[in-house]
Amino acid sequence: MTAVRCVDICKTYRQGDQDIKALDHLSIDIEKGDFVCLMSPSGGGKTTLLNAIGGLDIPDSGEVWVAEQRIDQMSKGQLADLRLANVGFVFQAYNLIPVLTAQENVEFVMQVQGVPAKERRSKSLAILEEVGLRDLEDRRPAEMSGGQQQRVAVARAIVSRPELVLADEPTANLDSRTSDELMELFTELNTNHSTTFVIATHDQRVQRYAKRLVRMRDGRIVDDIEQHAA
Amino acid sequence: MRMLPVLIRLAWRYLWRNHRRTIVMLSAISIGAWAMIFMTALTRGMVDQMITDGISVLPGHVQLHNPEYLDDPSITNRVSLTDADLATRYADAGFEAWASRVRVPAVITSERESRGVTLLGIDPMAERDFSFVDYDQVDGRFLESPDDTGVVIGAKLADTLDTEVGKRIVLMSQDPDNEIADRGFRVVGLFHANMETYEDTYAFIGKKTAQKMLRIGDTTTEVVFFGDDYRNVEPTYEKVAAAVDDSMRVSRWTEVDTYLGTMLSVMDGFMLIWVIVIFLALSFGLVNTLVMAVFERVREIGLMLALGMKPASILGQIIIESMMLLAVGLLIGDALAWLTVKPLESGIDISVVAKGMEMFGASSVLYPKLHMDDVILSNVVVLILGFLASLSPAWRASRYEPVEAITKV
Repeated sequence: MTAVRCVDICKTYRQGDQDIKALDHLSIDIEKGDFVCLMSPSGGGKTTLLNAIGGLDIPDSGEVWVAEQRIDQMSKGQLADLRLANVGFVFQAYNLIPVLTAQENVEFVMQVQGVPAKERRSKSLAILEEVGLRDLEDRRPAEMSGGQQQRVAVARAIVSRPELVLADEPTANLDSRTSDELMELFTELNTNHSTTFVIATHDQRVQRYAKRLVRMRDGRIVDDIEQHAA
Repeated sequence: MRMLPVLIRLAWRYLWRNHRRTIVMLSAISIGAWAMIFMTALTRGMVDQMITDGISVLPGHVQLHNPEYLDDPSITNRVSLTDADLATRYADAGFEAWASRVRVPAVITSERESRGVTLLGIDPMAERDFSFVDYDQVDGRFLESPDDTGVVIGAKLADTLDTEVGKRIVLMSQDPDNEIADRGFRVVGLFHANMETYEDTYAFIGKKTAQKMLRIGDTTTEVVFFGDDYRNVEPTYEKVAAAVDDSMRVSRWTEVDTYLGTMLSVMDGFMLIWVIVIFLALSFGLVNTLVMAVFERVREIGLMLALGMKPASILGQIIIESMMLLAVGLLIGDALAWLTVKPLESGIDISVVAKGMEMFGASSVLYPKLHMDDVILSNVVVLILGFLASLSPAWRASRYEPVEAITKV
């Protein structure tokens, strides 16, 4: 089953008096259970592609299919529902809600989904345990290190076991040990739950875990290699 | 509805994220609420007293008289029903109080001076509970029966006439045949009133004494009725009207004393405008606070939208935050108002401007009154207007594009 299909998508941004082609007739298929790394120099279009797949940024042309639903023609409400039900996000900056504690941040998506309180609590504590933050559940983001915040963001992204996880530089502020732990967690989810991962990254450690490496330049795919994950 | 708990939690936490700004805004709201309610209590007390005094002097809540009387309040236009008739007709009506009286213009003359007055021939026992005169505070004594042959005048009038308790005066008026009707009376009491005007204007004699003096038999010039609430006289009006035909005219107090009736409407309107004006001043601060709060958390709003929160939830969260701010401010303001009005309910003496106050019917001692209706009105107006003021910043927040908001620097 195809988790993500992009067909000839284009996206152009205006910067001053210049048009920047972020995506240039790009097509890609990602199967369910795939573990894909998107690599490009800065400005190569990997974040734009992630946003297009996640329904956060609609391409100017082309088709985007997620979980066999065409999303480029959906309304904002439908896109919100799709993200809520099917997609976990890890953004480039930590992007936690600063007035909520670590546990509340992790529970946030489940609360929006309508998961009962008891179930939310047990799942959030379990996932915080998995990412090594069990004793920090009552801390607010300002009381945590950068690495801890990133782990909370990852916990939030995966707690409801979404079918698709989109991560933009998830290890950017993590030390190598934590990065490895995080990637092993991703790998476990990928292996045991067939969660599809699409990760934009410069980090070569992350690339080692990927089953598929997609290199981009100037909004196009220049290379697409299957590899054996570490 | 399932989002409500998380929206409330977010709203409350965001409210205190910049606690200094919130405290400043809460102070403004609570002082504004206090000002609204305090001013309303002051005004309400003044108006209540004006109207209660005014009603108790003459019109009651509802009045029964001859159809010609209001246009020509002379002795020829009398109520043809006797007290016995009235007692029979209204035996089961359940009025708080009622009484018939004789009211005529008259001249009062002492050894030294003469003055025009309004002569009231009353049954003192029937009018005791609603009279503007406190019978127990009269120098000398008040009238003791409708047959009492004494006269009670105001302390101010006594001063003007250079007379006192025990001395004699002459009252002169006109009978139905336009003949002079006069009689000598001994001053048995001097009354004191909130308004010096009343002390100068009214003289009381026994009703039967007045009827004899004016040669009008058992008839009177007006009958006054009191219900529960001067603001809602319709039940009383209907009961009075049901027992009489077109030979009698039934009037509400607002029709008899149009000045007081207008004053009530004006004051009600004034208080509403006062509340709205104060809120408009507050609303600039409220909107600015919300706009700043939204501006500071654009990225977080983008994040929540990206995670699947609906724009309507973002709008709801901002509005809940605004309502919480207003609710807490109003609670503090209500408490402050209660704490300041309650000790002042025994009266604020502004006798330095007594003459000015009497000119429009108010006494020189103000008795603020905290009515729950006024408190509720102030709070409801603020909450409704606050809700409307919050819509714009909340709407704009809900319209953010997630990816643009998240990446905003």
